[in-house]
Amino acid sequence: MADSANSMGNTLTRINAVGLRQDERRERLALFGLSVPAILLVIVIVAIPVGWLFWLSLFNDEGVLSTYNYTRMLESKSYFRIFRTTFNVSFMTTALCVIIGYPFAYFLAQLPQRWANIGLIAVLLPFWTSLLVRTYAWLVVLQRKGLVNQWGMELGLWDAPLRLVHNMNGTLIGMAHIMLPFLVLPLYGSMRTIDQDYVKAASNLGASPFQAFWNIYLPLSLPGLFAGIVVVFVLCLGFFVTPAVLGGGRIIMVSMKIETIIDLFFNFGTASALGVVLMLLTLLVLFISHKLLRLDRVLGGGGGS
Amino acid sequence: MSWLDSPASDTQIPHRNRLWLYFISGLVIIFLIVPTFIVIPMSFSASQYLEFPPESWDIRWYENYFGSSEWMTATWVSLKAAVITVLITTPIATMAAYGLYVSQLRLSRFIFILLITPMMVPVILIAIGVFFAYTKLKLNNSMIGLVLAHSTLALPMVLIVISAGLRSYDMNQERVARSLGASRLKAFFIVTLPQIRFSVITGALLAFIVSFDEVIVALFITGGKMSTITRSMFLALRDQIDPTIASISTIMVLVTSIALLLAQVFGQSKRK
Repeated sequence: MADSANSMGNTLTRINAVGLRQDERRERLALFGLSVPAILLVIVIVAIPVGWLFWLSLFNDEGVLSTYNYTRMLESKSYFRIFRTTFNVSFMTTALCVIIGYPFAYFLAQLPQRWANIGLIAVLLPFWTSLLVRTYAWLVVLQRKGLVNQWGMELGLWDAPLRLVHNMNGTLIGMAHIMLPFLVLPLYGSMRTIDQDYVKAASNLGASPFQAFWNIYLPLSLPGLFAGIVVVFVLCLGFFVTPAVLGGGRIIMVSMKIETIIDLFFNFGTASALGVVLMLLTLLVLFISHKLLRLDRVLGGGGGS
Repeated sequence: MSWLDSPASDTQIPHRNRLWLYFISGLVIIFLIVPTFIVIPMSFSASQYLEFPPESWDIRWYENYFGSSEWMTATWVSLKAAVITVLITTPIATMAAYGLYVSQLRLSRFIFILLITPMMVPVILIAIGVFFAYTKLKLNNSMIGLVLAHSTLALPMVLIVISAGLRSYDMNQERVARSLGASRLKAFFIVTLPQIRFSVITGALLAFIVSFDEVIVALFITGGKMSTITRSMFLALRDQIDPTIASISTIMVLVTSIALLLAQVFGQSKRK
């Protein structure tokens, strides 16, 4: 008697469990359904059009299926030069951001929280200000009769106006200004989480301030620095507005070339091929950095040295 | 012991040896802030050329801006597009963030990555893709087309911000509300939403900025009476420098600064 009652209870529990699990699955699916509008938006506005462009890039000008648009990119020197310029500008902008961003983030991270918050306004203000306004501002500051040239000549640093804009100089200065917040914010965030006891312990054990920084602090701040570098570099690769205005037509990035091809020749095949290659290079950079970051975490977690 | 010799950090390094760091950081702050504010005096210059400091003062560039029907139309188009983008993106991103976070399916991670692709694909590629598709759909030069494109561009950032907000929120509170008889919808609106409101508001602000500041997509899919203000500014900057832009820039800088200051003040008082 007791046995059969027990087994009946078990069966009921099992049936209930199955039902509950089904209910749970149904509810999860319903919740998942909440993301459908967002998915549709991305598919309709990004996935289908970009896929369509990719399809178009596989046809040559006569409408025959070929890899012409891609092979031409490899053969033509001018396309190679544009990609080289793009990587050059991105690399140098990133380097500039690291050189001026690291000391600044370090400075902010050492300040008491209240003062650091005030310092952060200096980073957030440009971050929220219109990109176009900032680009325009640099045009004003760097031009022949601009502030920098005027002050430089008044102080006797140089005699004739320097060419600071409508070339590589202007492009790099403007882009570094726009990208700096993207480097400083993640870097500052990771520096704030560094446990100061490690640094204290190092100097207690006889490390000079420089040694304590170099052997302890710097390695601990690397993940934040690395995240910032990746974001800045990837954003630079696709940049358009700032180089178009501050480069004065001398600095041609891939995205500017694409715009010209559509604007002047309405040639979607060639433009799409350039865009697809730019996207693949961007994804490649993201993929590699993802792998490297993982590697970093594994090494940091295992060794602890 | 003077301030210069007092220790600046846990490594007992004196402030004296840190002066270079303070100097560099001061320069960086100047580098970050000053250029943005240079546009303010420039906008009151009487001269057509960009001299600094301006030799004589005038408000003609403001008159130019407010008196020009083209600039006014462009301003309205941008403001309208930005507001509608906020109204579309914020609920869609909140729904997606909540759904993906709560459902915990293996698929969720993949969908999350799909939803942030608009941030990883170069904008120029999205721009020509949308332009091509809109030509077929006859959506070029339409508010709905512009707003859909901007909503997609804004989606990743808003989604990331709101998801971060959800992760730092204790979902048990919603479970408690539901075990006390609230429906999921009610529990979300009266328990969860008020607690993640800061991320939602930040997300909405981001959506506004992304749309208002967007140039590249608008460059392709709008024109004439549908041209956005940043598109017109970009074209004006590329061709010739019209000081009217200084007056527009000044207005934008002031609006941003005031908004940021308010956010800082209110954000601080809320946290306490």
